[in-house]
Amino acid sequence: MATNNFKRVFVWEMPVRVFHWITVGTVTSLTITGFLIANPPAIMSASEATGSYWFGVVRFIHFLSAYIFFFNMLMRIYWSFVGNKFAHWSNFWPFNKKRLKNVLHVLKVDVLLMNEKEHDLTNLSVGHNAVAGFSYLVLFLLALVQVFTGFGLYADMSGWFLPKMFGWVVPALGGDFAARMWHHVTMWVMIIFVMIHIYLVFFHDWLEGRGETSSMISGYKFVRKERIRDPESITEQAVEKIEKEFEKETEG
Amino acid sequence: MFPTKKRDTYFESILKSGYSRRDFMKFATFMAAYMGLETTAIGQIAEKLQNTPRVPVIWEHFQECTCCSESFIRSDHPIVADIILDQISLDYTMTLMAASGHQAEAAKHDTMEKFKGKYILCVEGSVPLGDDGNYCTIAGRTAIDILKESAEGAAAIIAWGSCASNGCVQAAAPNPTNAVPIHKIIKNKPIIRVPGCPPIGEVMAGVIVHYVTFGRLPETDRLGRPKAFYAKRVHDSCYRRPYYDAGLFAETFDDENAKEGYCLYKVGCRGPMTYNSCGTIKWNNGVSFPIQSGHGCIGCSEDNFWDNGPFYERMTNMPGFGIESNADKVGKVAAVAVGAGLVAHGVVANVRKRRFLKTRITRGKENLQQLDVENNKTEE
Ligand code: SF4
Repeated sequence: MATNNFKRVFVWEMPVRVFHWITVGTVTSLTITGFLIANPPAIMSASEATGSYWFGVVRFIHFLSAYIFFFNMLMRIYWSFVGNKFAHWSNFWPFNKKRLKNVLHVLKVDVLLMNEKEHDLTNLSVGHNAVAGFSYLVLFLLALVQVFTGFGLYADMSGWFLPKMFGWVVPALGGDFAARMWHHVTMWVMIIFVMIHIYLVFFHDWLEGRGETSSMISGYKFVRKERIRDPESITEQAVEKIEKEFEKETEG
Repeated sequence: MFPTKKRDTYFESILKSGYSRRDFMKFATFMAAYMGLETTAIGQIAEKLQNTPRVPVIWEHFQECTCCSESFIRSDHPIVADIILDQISLDYTMTLMAASGHQAEAAKHDTMEKFKGKYILCVEGSVPLGDDGNYCTIAGRTAIDILKESAEGAAAIIAWGSCASNGCVQAAAPNPTNAVPIHKIIKNKPIIRVPGCPPIGEVMAGVIVHYVTFGRLPETDRLGRPKAFYAKRVHDSCYRRPYYDAGLFAETFDDENAKEGYCLYKVGCRGPMTYNSCGTIKWNNGVSFPIQSGHGCIGCSEDNFWDNGPFYERMTNMPGFGIESNADKVGKVAAVAVGAGLVAHGVVANVRKRRFLKTRITRGKENLQQLDVENNKTEE
């Protein structure tokens, strides 16, 4: 049986990967501290409040994580304009002919698990597939809901202009109750998103064997050699170039 | 009916009621402090109260329980109750005026005509719109009618209490009388909302004194509430806050922690979601306020506070999912359902794509053997 050859392709640039893992970290800490704030365990009793501040610390971590999450998100928005084509914002917008075709393919093959009659390599996306891309747009909107309700609730405790900018959100929603409720509900939607997201990463890695999981660490994905225009020359040129540069450096 | 002589100024009335000038100055200081003004404003307040004839106030009662009036006549400083309310300003207030029947109605109309565009209208209670407004009629006229009439010539309107500012209990689901707060009906007048069930009397005195002193209503927040009193959450001025920050919570009302005076967050305190100044001004001449008496805040000055879930639980109800459903319950069910769906998808995927997977595995194994052969070669 003939073996398929794969080439390593640099897909996720450093800022994209850093963004991903900072998001993972902050969302995790926001969720944990969020649950604690919503329903704190009464772990202490019969003591005085003097010198103890654990709940204040929990809240501090929540607010700190929120700021990191927010600025990280801004960085990613910037990168969607200057990054490589896999980071580009158009990945998240599936409403053109080519991407809608891909949406159909993903729905058929990956969601409804139908088997393709003929395996078409170009149906496999190198970066995000069209459905995944769109789901990240939805996630971005959920994140915006969290940012608006979160900073909205925070605004009255802050003297800084940034959270103050969101002060109109709470009255618009009809008070703290409503804002808090939406903040909480949206967190649950994000939890469910994370479940599906992790499952699908494993699913694609297991079925396609292209290094889906590790790509968010290394940045590389594996693409069938047939899909690379001139596999040999590209690599050779690149290697030559690097060698030349290296020589120059060692000479100088 | 109405005195034809020049109306007394606030100061004159105060002296006539037996207060000294010293009391008057104290009162001015006191009001400045409540309104959050700097000390130079005290002189300004005193001067204005000395020279300004009282502002006539018409106080309308619709669907309410009079707790707002009760609160007002128990304000902290006697001058508030005696002067702003009792003899001077209130030309018409059903529960407190001496006149009744046609006499009272005539007095009201007198004021409305004489001081057209100058009087302050204070509304206590919500207005029912259902069944042509017939759920609340006074002297044969519906509340809507009366409100529209008295709002017509008002300089400004104070929506006094939760009923008038957000509908309160009458507007709670299912709102049988279709009760609405007054800003839903009157659109063309400045309305200041003073929510609370009841609101704090000093707030009203503050609003009126501010109006007399500066000629306009005090600065309000986005919901039309005076900022000086509603800019902070009860939680931010609560004396139990250190317990909250320390994570010391009462779990039930009769546990040891409740006796220690720990934070009431876990038994449903809404202080963290409620904007009011109960923690600083307090009630009944500054004696206490709900949290100090061991009961959590029920958020009585927030919109829809009756419909926001049980008073003794932290969670708020989720709309559209029935009573007693909160975000956590719905979330858990959804997460389990999605989890089960993903497991099922995974199983089906392995079955449906078995041929595809099998070829891949075979290829992989073949390659592994090749690898072993090569390794052996180099070792040899
Ligand atoms: S008792 Fe209520 S208002 Fe006071 S600190 Fe606790 S949660 Fe906040």
